[in-house]
Amino acid sequence: MFENYDVAVIGGGPAGLAAALECYNSGVKNIVILERDKKLGGILQQCIHPGFGLHVFGEELTGPEYAQRYVDLVNKTSIAVKTETMVLEVSPDLTVKAINTADGLTVIKAKAIILAMGCRERTRGMLRIAGSRPSGIYTAGTAQRLVNIEGYMPGENVVILGSGDIGLIMARRMTLEGAKVKAVFEVMPKSNGLKRNIVQCLNDFGIPLYFNRTAIQIHGKERLEGITVADVDENLKPIKGTEQYVACDTLLLSVGLIPENELSRGAGIEIDPKTRGPVNKGGFMTSIDGIYACGNVLKVYDLVDNVTKDSVLAGRAAAERIKNLK
Amino acid sequence: MKTQTVTCVTCPVGCEITVEYEGDKIISVKNNKCKRGYDYASAEVINPVRILTSTVKLEGMKSRRLAVRSAKPVPKSKLMDCMTVINRAVVTKPVKMGDVIIPDILGTGSDIIASEDA
Repeated sequence: MFENYDVAVIGGGPAGLAAALECYNSGVKNIVILERDKKLGGILQQCIHPGFGLHVFGEELTGPEYAQRYVDLVNKTSIAVKTETMVLEVSPDLTVKAINTADGLTVIKAKAIILAMGCRERTRGMLRIAGSRPSGIYTAGTAQRLVNIEGYMPGENVVILGSGDIGLIMARRMTLEGAKVKAVFEVMPKSNGLKRNIVQCLNDFGIPLYFNRTAIQIHGKERLEGITVADVDENLKPIKGTEQYVACDTLLLSVGLIPENELSRGAGIEIDPKTRGPVNKGGFMTSIDGIYACGNVLKVYDLVDNVTKDSVLAGRAAAERIKNLK
Repeated sequence: MKTQTVTCVTCPVGCEITVEYEGDKIISVKNNKCKRGYDYASAEVINPVRILTSTVKLEGMKSRRLAVRSAKPVPKSKLMDCMTVINRAVVTKPVKMGDVIIPDILGTGSDIIASEDA
């Protein structure tokens, strides 16, 4: 199938939704959002906790509520939405190849492409934690999806590595659903999570947080049985003699987010090694004319409100370019 | 008379505020940099409340739950009991964001409402 659009937006999370809406409101109407999940909303679907929208709406919303506001706005427009649709390739000539079961393979020709694919989590393999490879080890976001979307409990006796906000949020979530969260271990001397989350996710439930400590070995044959933790020095190297065994059946990793730019690299877009996202050549345009990037695919944001603000600018820039082409 | 120190969460500064109180009467509040901190710390020692969010089962849906939230904050001491009630709920589609799933949960004065459409 071959289709033509003014703008193809890759990713229907908060970045893609805001960018698409701004294109539409700027007068560019023929837009398609390509989303791999069953519903729009992106990562906000599984962020069921409050704290979103304080700046954009002046209200404290949950992730799904924030997403629903934008989905409702999109539904009032003629913006086309293809869900369960995976983009395979983005080309410098502004062609997008995507597949889904309804249409098979679709080749989309656009006047502008907006990349809004979000980011992925750092994995155990990337951390190179030694030991066996049993089940029971998840990134915190994967556990969040399992619990909040699919309705599965990943385990019962939990240890969390990393005190960023995702780890803290999951400490609370797992506890509320009946798991025992034994500890959070943070390799740095302090947490970069919000103080609010330290209070409401750890202190509220008596979950201890240990700094300058990390996991150095995994134990367990089929299922995780425990981990060895050790203190680290100022170079983050484990200190001999400080090893301790912590029994657990579940390890959640909250150790960093990485912008997801496989499609961007495939198109030959220049990537900034510091942000790991496309170099912003101005107005959120990438090194390829007509391809824009916004949201976590560009750089990891702390607040979704800022994702929205920047994605609006990216959408506006794409719309202006199209209007100037005519 | 009791004394308690709380970390204020209303802004990123996070003042460590010390409150002296007797029953539900505030005697003194120290270390706050603003009025919002005064109000937060006073409320937090007398009656700590939290917004509760969770998910409920959707009838006929496998691998998809419905996100819900307490419309208002509920007492911190009742969080786990509220979870027991929430985990008994089953919701039938269609649902709209804001629909009441459990009215006035455990007499807290707060409904549990849907956080999204389904």
